[in-house]
Amino acid sequence: MKQFLNTLYVMTQGAYVCLDHETVKIEVEGKVQLQVPLHHLGAIVTMGNVMMSPFIMARCADDGRAVVILDRNGQFKCRMVGKTSGNVLLRQAQYEAVREQERTLAIARNIVAGKVKNARQILLRGIRESDNEEKEEIDALKKASDTISNVLFHLKDAKDIDEVRGFEGEAAEAYFQSFDRMVKKSERKFFTMNGRSRRPPLDPVNSLLSFLYTLLLNDCVSALEGVGLDSQMGFLHALRPGRPSLGLDLMEEFRSILADRLALTLINRKQVTAKHFESRPGGAIYLNDEGRKAVVVAYQKRKQDEFHHPILDSKAPFGLIPHIQARLLARHLRGDLEAYTPVLYS
Amino acid sequence: MLIIVTYDVSTETKAGCRRLRRVAQVCKNYGQRVQKSVFECQVNDVQFEQLRRKLLKEINKDEDNLRLYRLVGQRDNYVETYGQSRTLFFDEPLII
Repeated sequence: MKQFLNTLYVMTQGAYVCLDHETVKIEVEGKVQLQVPLHHLGAIVTMGNVMMSPFIMARCADDGRAVVILDRNGQFKCRMVGKTSGNVLLRQAQYEAVREQERTLAIARNIVAGKVKNARQILLRGIRESDNEEKEEIDALKKASDTISNVLFHLKDAKDIDEVRGFEGEAAEAYFQSFDRMVKKSERKFFTMNGRSRRPPLDPVNSLLSFLYTLLLNDCVSALEGVGLDSQMGFLHALRPGRPSLGLDLMEEFRSILADRLALTLINRKQVTAKHFESRPGGAIYLNDEGRKAVVVAYQKRKQDEFHHPILDSKAPFGLIPHIQARLLARHLRGDLEAYTPVLYS
Repeated sequence: MLIIVTYDVSTETKAGCRRLRRVAQVCKNYGQRVQKSVFECQVNDVQFEQLRRKLLKEINKDEDNLRLYRLVGQRDNYVETYGQSRTLFFDEPLII
């Protein structure tokens, strides 16, 4: 089993990342700020104006270490791809599965079931943790979780991919309509949300979620590429040039457990507050430098938390689960597993 | 596991200075310097073998001394630090 390796985030503007023997060296204004042995790192993520020497890039490509470049807002810009690797036969199996409607439908249905079920768990936890006096809140959360249960019940009868997408939309709408009910009353003045908005996010909760989803997507794409799958050839998400459809597919089941729950914790524990956001012309709201740093630290810590994987029946850090799921998906596509089973949080 | 590498390399000759530099570089590739000739390296079994082999290749057994301490288990149980120290934890979030 692959070891869960750390990710190095370089967010200091003007930093220079280079290779020094078997270590990565980061210099800021000519001074060495950090030197890490390469064997600790599974990925290097840079944000904004960060320079990287060709030697370190080549070394990472050789070792299969992910190199991802984001802009200062955490928007994905590019990832470095080395030689075409992985198993051709696996990719061929993947393309064939995408062409076969029945198989695509089965996988997409399971992905959505996982996503929706995990989202419901978050709502149920929200209900458990809210004050008993706040009847209205609890009712709203209960209503959303009922809608989701209903979706789960009907999902298995979905006859085509559009129906699956329709169910997913229905559940997502109910979920995000009541999402900010899980924010503590004292924080709700600033952290309110009116459904999901993106490109641009129009409120702090949405910008926090968008940023976390970007981090998560990078991890999911790396996990897929790591097992040799084509991250653009998805089942649930429509294929579009440049879109990591399979990455988005894989991310679905993790959104609520890795990103949404973390966002709520950050808000409720006041680790992220109004001073971490800035508004832009046109109503967009983004995290500022300080805010992004706080979120990245929390996200990295979260990935080290242990989680009981129901199928493997063993403990694994959250950060490893995308890799485990990518492997399960690969095994299903090859025909070794009857179905793709999403990870379920309880 | 955590490996503590300490060494004394005789620097009376030019070749000794060279050995000192090369030993330090090998240690740096696997961990971090915590004191002048003390390194902490977080490695797995394979990496430990590599580290040992590379170090033994560099030192001169007639003049130098090398010690490797293997700490298995939680680092906190074994390591206490006082005074000036800027140790990093490579398995914690690495953000700069």
